[in-house]
Amino acid sequence: MTIFRSHVLICGGTGCTSSGAAEVIGSFKQELARRKLDGEVLVVPTGCHGMCEMGPIVVVYPEGTFYCKVTANDVPEIVEEHIYKGRPVQRLMYEGSGDMPALPHYKDIPFYGKQHRIALANCGYINPENIDEYIARGGYEALGKAITSMTPAQVIDEVKTSGLRGRGGGGFPTGLKWSFCAAAGGEKKYVICNADEGDPGAFMDRSILEGDPHSVIEGMMLGAYAMGADEGYIYCRAEYPLAIERLKQAITAAEGYGLLGDSIMNSSFSFHLHIKEGAGAFVCGEETALMGSIEGRRGMPRPRPPFPANSGLWGYPTNINNVETWANVPQIISNGGEWYASMGTEKSKGTKVFALTGKVKHTGLVEVPMGITLREIVFDIGGGILNDKKFKAVQIGGPSGGCLTEEHLDTPVSYESLTALGAIMGSGGLVVMDEDNCMVDVAKFFLEFTQKESCGKCVPCREGTKHMLLLLEKITEGKGTMEDLDTLEELAHMVRDMSLCGLGQTAPNPVLTTLRYFREEYIAHIRDKRCPAGACTALLRYTILQDVCKKCGICAKNCPVHCIPGDRNSGYRIETDKCIRCGTCFEKCPFGAIEKK
Amino acid sequence: MEQKKITSLDDLRKIRENSKDLSSARSGGGTTVIVGMGTCGIAAGAREILNEVMSELARRNLDDIAVQTTGCIGMCQDEPLLDVIRSGQRVTYGRVKPEDVPTIIAEHVVNGRVVEKLAIGRAD
Repeated sequence: MTIFRSHVLICGGTGCTSSGAAEVIGSFKQELARRKLDGEVLVVPTGCHGMCEMGPIVVVYPEGTFYCKVTANDVPEIVEEHIYKGRPVQRLMYEGSGDMPALPHYKDIPFYGKQHRIALANCGYINPENIDEYIARGGYEALGKAITSMTPAQVIDEVKTSGLRGRGGGGFPTGLKWSFCAAAGGEKKYVICNADEGDPGAFMDRSILEGDPHSVIEGMMLGAYAMGADEGYIYCRAEYPLAIERLKQAITAAEGYGLLGDSIMNSSFSFHLHIKEGAGAFVCGEETALMGSIEGRRGMPRPRPPFPANSGLWGYPTNINNVETWANVPQIISNGGEWYASMGTEKSKGTKVFALTGKVKHTGLVEVPMGITLREIVFDIGGGILNDKKFKAVQIGGPSGGCLTEEHLDTPVSYESLTALGAIMGSGGLVVMDEDNCMVDVAKFFLEFTQKESCGKCVPCREGTKHMLLLLEKITEGKGTMEDLDTLEELAHMVRDMSLCGLGQTAPNPVLTTLRYFREEYIAHIRDKRCPAGACTALLRYTILQDVCKKCGICAKNCPVHCIPGDRNSGYRIETDKCIRCGTCFEKCPFGAIEKK
Repeated sequence: MEQKKITSLDDLRKIRENSKDLSSARSGGGTTVIVGMGTCGIAAGAREILNEVMSELARRNLDDIAVQTTGCIGMCQDEPLLDVIRSGQRVTYGRVKPEDVPTIIAEHVVNGRVVEKLAIGRAD
């Protein structure tokens, strides 16, 4: 047996891979071999650590030293100084402040301070391509415990006790959902993992699949055992090639051990798992459309009832849960439902993974207990607003969610509190916005997305979102009227109330919340023909501040449409009616003499 | 070779036991052994000491011991230095020779008895 005195963990998630983690891994292997340390130091590619913006991330154990933004060129120094001579490399550590200039450990870094990792427990800690590492961390024990000492009903009861609710956005109690499917008759049942994560800026599910695929597989098997299913599908979008690759490897490894297949651990429980690659349609995240897509039909929702629990995939009783929901299940069975229920708020238990993006200092993946405030997430974990600008809003829940303002920052995050404010928990996208973001433009952006992704089956969604978008375009171009606002609101309510599936029912949320909390910005666009944030190009005005202008003529020379007449004696002036608002003059002026508003 | 199947919870736990070293190095281990690998340490033969520590741990199948290296701590005349941290107590051994390593591991790391004739310092 070889014992490795040191483990070098290198993030192999999508974020770090695109910032050069593969070269770092190669460089470590080469450098360790050159110094004949490869027999005592193990190089481990892991899943996502969450702090993607500081990647590639390298953690050296047993000390647990956390290095950020490591390049292949830094590797010889880490190997010689830290691994060989025991002197950690200060300059690559996370930069703290004050009397703590370099923070060597995870736990000291504010980004990780308030996090509580359950679904992400193994992400960034184990090698997702080695099933033994998952087993070493207690993996598949929950499955073993369930099939050897628990009845299916006991498994469902445990999940009910935990208070776990659907992490894909709906928030339906998982245990209750399982009991519906368990109660459905019939010999054949299916379980499905919804990994069709399509919200712009969201990557929670991808990171779990890439960093800890076995937790999802084990969760699905526990569900299958509890509900009496013997076959499962993971519906993963094809845009996640690394996640699919890791899932395939994980399934093969589990089959190799006989953990997937017939008569698992000599019991009467059998389970077979398949991967279905989706083609990237957002609507396929809706459960009935998703099942249609697996069956080979066009991905379109159908009316419910019948619910999938009674008539799902190919007409058989089916249970669908999201990746994060499944990943929580093994730990609930191992540690007990009460343990899970001890975290969170009265009705929202446990933790939630958020993808923190936008104008925040530390973007990345965070897992926090329910009940934490948005302020803690944005300012304590995220480090506040980029370039110390002013916080304006946070968009929560993706294209189906809403925009919340400064006054909501101290709201504890739970399914109920967010719904009450007009937003939704959603799958966990959190986009932070600062004073430069125009809220009308933001609403337009999300509506553009849902409008394009509308499958076109039902009229309210197909036509309603289109006309809402046309109205928003009109307003951002300064051609809107006050009546348009009323029409927009009326249409929004109609689309919300009459659409067939969740896509249409939630698509107006970004518009409704911005109308509710930022109505004055809409009015500024309509009445004053002005965009307060300076984001809507059609409403921008560039003017030369004559008292600052040095009459150098650089603006006139660079203007692509020659709309800045004048000369070096009399000065220059922008002809607004000819101006195309490209911003070239604004960028080129060496004296900051051009004003944009 | 036909891969071994897991047919019971015991099979699973056996694999977990055999894979323990995969995660114990990352959790820090119960006892820590630290070898001084500054220039002074290396010149005095610390590399051989480290190699001996690793092979002794492998011989004894001790997979929950964290082995670290450290830079020069200023006692260059007593290198190679080897520290053992066990139950919160840190003992420093000086002028360690490769043949001393099995004794230190057997006596101190495994059984908790400090090897007095080699110990040159301790901190609680």
